[in-house]
Amino acid sequence: MNERVSPFLLTILCIGIAILYVPIIVLIAYSFNASALVSVWGGFSTSWYGALLHNEQILDAAWLSLKVGVVVSTGAVMLGTLAAIGLVRFARFRGRLLLIGMVNAPLVMPEIVTGITQLLLFISMLHLIGWPHRGFLTIVIAHIAFCTAYVTITVQSRLRTVDRSLEEAAMDLGSGPVRAFLDTTLPAIMPALASSWLLSFTLSLDDLVISSFVSGPGASTLPMVIFSKVKLGVSPDINALASLVIGAVGVCVVLAGYLMRRTERQRVLDMQLAER
Amino acid sequence: MSAWLRRYGKWMIILPPLLYLLVFFLIPFAFALKISLSETALRVPPFTDILTLSTDGHPHLALNFGNFKYLFTDEVYGLSYLYSLKTAFFSTLICLALGYPMAYAIARTSKSTQNILLLIIILPFWTSFLLRVYALEGIIRENGLLNTALLWLGVIHHPLQIMRTTLAVYFGIIYSYLPFMVLPLFATLEKLDNSLLEAAADLGSPPWRSFLDVTLPLSMPGIIAGSMLVFIPAIGEFVIPTLLGGPDNLMIGRVLWDEFFGNRDWPVASAVAIVFLILLVGPIALYQHYNTQQLEV
Repeated sequence: MNERVSPFLLTILCIGIAILYVPIIVLIAYSFNASALVSVWGGFSTSWYGALLHNEQILDAAWLSLKVGVVVSTGAVMLGTLAAIGLVRFARFRGRLLLIGMVNAPLVMPEIVTGITQLLLFISMLHLIGWPHRGFLTIVIAHIAFCTAYVTITVQSRLRTVDRSLEEAAMDLGSGPVRAFLDTTLPAIMPALASSWLLSFTLSLDDLVISSFVSGPGASTLPMVIFSKVKLGVSPDINALASLVIGAVGVCVVLAGYLMRRTERQRVLDMQLAER
Repeated sequence: MSAWLRRYGKWMIILPPLLYLLVFFLIPFAFALKISLSETALRVPPFTDILTLSTDGHPHLALNFGNFKYLFTDEVYGLSYLYSLKTAFFSTLICLALGYPMAYAIARTSKSTQNILLLIIILPFWTSFLLRVYALEGIIRENGLLNTALLWLGVIHHPLQIMRTTLAVYFGIIYSYLPFMVLPLFATLEKLDNSLLEAAADLGSPPWRSFLDVTLPLSMPGIIAGSMLVFIPAIGEFVIPTLLGGPDNLMIGRVLWDEFFGNRDWPVASAVAIVFLILLVGPIALYQHYNTQQLEV
C-alpha cells in the first residue's frame, strides 16, 4: 500500500524514532564532556576515551567478551545450520517436534529462567562428574544454546527458498550428496550464515543475565562489569565505553546490511542470466 | 561409503544440535524441578538430595513441596507476580498505541523509504540493551535532558522525580521493546490489500470506519505477535526495574535474582522459576499460534 502519509501519522513516527535515538545521541554527546560531573558541560574532551585504555578491569572484561563472542557465534552457526538443514530437508524423523520446540523456546524464554536452570545444571554436573568449572567454558556453553536457536530460525527461512534443482543437477553430474550441497546450496545460504554469525556475536556480547548466573569468580564479561558500575549511577567513562560499543555495532550492522544486499542482488542477477 | 552415508548421514546432521539443546537447554529444567523439591542445606551445592540411599541400600525419595507452599504463604511472591503482570500489560498497551501508527506510517511510504525506516527501527535492537537502558537514565534523571527541557520551557518549576519510580520502569520497557512491536505490525500492514480500503470507501464508509472494519481485523496477527514479543520479555525483565526502578518496583525477575544471589535460597528460587514458567505457557502458546499462522500466510 503506497499512499500519502497523513501529518498525524508522520508526527507519531517521528516521535517514536526520536524516543529510540535521543537517549543514545545524548549519551554519545556527554562522552565528550570534559567535566566529571555528568550534569555540567565542561567543554569538549576525549579524555574519558583515554582513561578507558588504562582501565584494566574494563579491558580484561572486553577481551573476555570478544573471545566468548567469537567462539559462541562460530559454534552456534555450525549447530544452528545443522539443525536448519535437518528441519528443512528431513520431513520426518524421531525427535523432530522436540527439536522444533527446543529451537523456538529460547526465543521466548525469560533469560533469568534459562540462566538459573543452566546454572543448576552446571552445579549438579560439577558435583557429579567434576566438570565443568564455572567461567569461560560455562558462559560459552550457555550462550551457544540460545544463539543456536536464533541461527536455526534465520538459516531455516533462507534454506526453504533455495532451489533444490541445482543440487540435484550436481548429483546427476556425479557429485556425492555432501559435495553437491557444499557446491550449490551452501553458497546460496552463505549470506544467512554471515548474518546469523553477526547476530549471535551481538547477542553474546550483549548478554548480562545468563552470563551473571553461569559465570564463576574471576570471569566477568563486559556487560557484567558495566552493570556493576552502572548500578551506582551515571559515570563519564561508561559513557565513553558505551559510545564505542554503540558506534562499533552500528558500523558493523550497516556494513553487513550493505554487503548482504550486494551479494543478494548479484545472486538474483546471476539467476536471471542463467534463465536466459 | 555412500550406503553408510545414506543410512546414517541424516543422523549426523540432526543429532549434534538435538543432543546439545537437549543437554544444555531442556535437561536443565529437569534439574530446576528437582532442586525446587529439595531443601536448603548448608553445604556445596546448597540444597539436599531428593534421592538418597539409606544405609541398607534402599533408595529413599524425599520430596519437599514446602518451597511451593512457601510461595503461596509469603505474599512477596504473589505480589511481585501480579506487579510484573500489570507492568508488562500496561507497557504492552502503550507500545501498541505508539507502535501501531508508526508501523502504519512506514507501510504507507514507498518501498525504498520503507527499507531505510526499517533499518532505523531495527538498529537500536542491535545495540546493547544494557547500554540503552543506561542511556535512558541520562534523559530521565533529575538533572537529565527531559527535566532540563521542561524547566527551560517553563512547563514545570521543580525537576520531576522520575528515576527510581514506576514511571521510569514504564519508560524503560517502552523504550527498549518498541522495535519488537513495530516490526511484526509492519509485516502484516504491508501485506494489506489497498483495494479493500478503496472498496469500503466506494461503498460510503468513512475512513475511521474502514479502519475499524478492514485494517484492524486484518492486522490482528501482527497485533498479537507484537504484543507477545513485548509482553513476554517485559514480564521477566530484570535489568530495567533494577537500574531505573525503585525499591517498590519488585518485578519477578528481580525477586528471582535476589533470592538467588542475595538469600542464596536456591530451592525457593527454583520453585519461583518453575511457577513463573507455568504462568508464561499461556502467552507463549498464543504467540506461537499466531506466529505460525503469520508464516503460513
